[in-house]
Amino acid sequence: MDYSNTQTICPFCGCGCALNLEVVDGEIVGVLPANDHPVGRGSLCIKGWNAHSFVQHEDRLKTPLIREDGDLREASWEEALELVADKLGSIKSEHGPDAVGVLASAKCTNEENYLLQKFSRAVIGTNNVDHCARL
Amino acid sequence: MTNSIPEFEDAKCVLITGSNTSEAHPMIGTRIMRAKEKGAQVIVVDPRTTQMSMMADLHLKQQPGTDVAWLNGVMQVIISEGLADQEFIKERTEGYEDLEAAVEKYTPEYVEEISGIPAEQLRQAAKMYAEAERASIVYAMGITQHTSGVDNVLSCANLAMLTGNVGRPSTGVNPLRGQNNVQGACDLGGLPNVYPGYQSVADPEVNHKFEEAWETELPDEVGLTVVEMVELAGTGEVKAMYVMGENPLVADADINHARESMKNLDFLVVQDLFLSETAEIADVVLPAASYAEKSGTFTATDRRVQLVHPAIDPVGESKPDWEIIQLLAEKMDAPGFDFASPEEIMDEIAALTPIYGGFSHKRLSNGNVLHWPCLSEDHPGTPYLHKGTFSRGLGKFHGIDFTEPAESTDETYPLILTTGRIMFHFHTGTMSRRSEKLNQEVSEAYVEMHPKDAEQIGLNGEKKVKVSSRRGEIKLAARVTDRIKPGVVFIPFHFAEAAANALTNSAFDPIAKIPEYKVCAVRVEAV
Repeated sequence: MDYSNTQTICPFCGCGCALNLEVVDGEIVGVLPANDHPVGRGSLCIKGWNAHSFVQHEDRLKTPLIREDGDLREASWEEALELVADKLGSIKSEHGPDAVGVLASAKCTNEENYLLQKFSRAVIGTNNVDHCARL
Repeated sequence: MTNSIPEFEDAKCVLITGSNTSEAHPMIGTRIMRAKEKGAQVIVVDPRTTQMSMMADLHLKQQPGTDVAWLNGVMQVIISEGLADQEFIKERTEGYEDLEAAVEKYTPEYVEEISGIPAEQLRQAAKMYAEAERASIVYAMGITQHTSGVDNVLSCANLAMLTGNVGRPSTGVNPLRGQNNVQGACDLGGLPNVYPGYQSVADPEVNHKFEEAWETELPDEVGLTVVEMVELAGTGEVKAMYVMGENPLVADADINHARESMKNLDFLVVQDLFLSETAEIADVVLPAASYAEKSGTFTATDRRVQLVHPAIDPVGESKPDWEIIQLLAEKMDAPGFDFASPEEIMDEIAALTPIYGGFSHKRLSNGNVLHWPCLSEDHPGTPYLHKGTFSRGLGKFHGIDFTEPAESTDETYPLILTTGRIMFHFHTGTMSRRSEKLNQEVSEAYVEMHPKDAEQIGLNGEKKVKVSSRRGEIKLAARVTDRIKPGVVFIPFHFAEAAANALTNSAFDPIAKIPEYKVCAVRVEAV
């Protein structure tokens, strides 16, 4: 049996509690609180205690999907990214960069949000970038 | 937050409004309960009874949408009773005369007429807050999600400055952010008007700095907010949207309208963990790795930047969002996306973002607890803001008048709906509703209504009802309870199949562009 225990940060509210994800043979089996964390101090709320339970849910998207004849079908990364790059490029050149809107995410990391707003501003050329802070 | 979470414990008074703290931010709720045990007085201003209001010394139940009125009333009492901090006002602020003139007419009796809060309770609350040695204001979306959201926030700031409760430990104005990295998404420029670190896109010097760093020309006009993007998708001005880890078709106000608008897009890309309601209408869906499968940093509501570590490999062929953006940028032949790891991205962030200037993954991995602003590698971080001076120099008072919410009740829609969260679920439910245990606790949507209102429509016990507004209708279970004021109903917004946001009003604050989720007129019928 291969067991590991990784300290990370809860994916739910903005309290930013540290939690430990317990992994057995590649499967996340549970959560333990972090004793030395200034917010949780060894405690978690019910959402934190269950922060592992959706991660390997059977509904997780496992491949890119492309809409074809009205339905979504599985596609390779290469095909999906090619299509996105083509479409964004052609909409930008036909209608201007401000015809594109980008939503960053309150659930993604700082590094990812930085990169997406850089993509929006430097690659697409628009300041139409926002996220759900208002929602 | 101006102050950090552990500081709550040493506050002498905590004023909570528009926050169901123990359900939506449980570990902050716990801190406030500790403060109470240590002798702090707690005031809750909320139309609903919550765990926090039950342990509070005072619970003021305002009519939804009347926050400027009661906040002005509290300040009117403080000024007329001579409880204002004259020294702080003189040394640290400007515009006091504007405030004094604006709040003068908000006597407790006048405020009672508007808000329904008994005049005597308002007087008690004002004294309790003003006389405390260290008083902290806590709010969440119950203050911001109004057409007067900015006015509400400015009024909280007015109150803190009037009593000198800023720039010291265990005081301050403390908005609780609802999602684990909503603070970071704002900090890192996921906003249409600012680059990372709140540097204005319209400032030529700032623009020049980023143009040099990113080696390209950059737009200097403020872009569209999410609310405007969705609106302009409907009119055809916005042709494509790229959505990373967001679910606007459950989270937006008036989602029936939002869905029609977004369906009008020529091209929609959604990058997510699950086939969310928004992904269902996308042209391309990209599978993203979850928090448990990647590294990087999240910034908590008290500006605390913390490392995230992967526990498992990405599920299926999913990839971390940063890798997906990087691959896409490379496909579009864009330079400047060649990062080997999130650690390298943070180094670029630190170089361009003064408030994050002292952060690196290496420094954060040493167990340091660091709050921004953290200006350099040897800067200790800033647990509380505005010590000695405000970022603009003097703190500015704003004289603000009460304005009515955008929508009012009438014979057809006689009740006010307010929305919010519950203990067991998170936002649009894509994650928490897939947790067996959380779903066992609460698995379906419900509306809370007062026994008097239930009696009016002939409802006995727990039954199915139809709730309709001027924009849509949903069917869900009724919970009859005196936890809510008569005339007001509450629906949690986590449940897509009975989505509260099919009912809510998309009228928004003119400055913050935040929709008025907390006040709309509805009718409830037994079905």
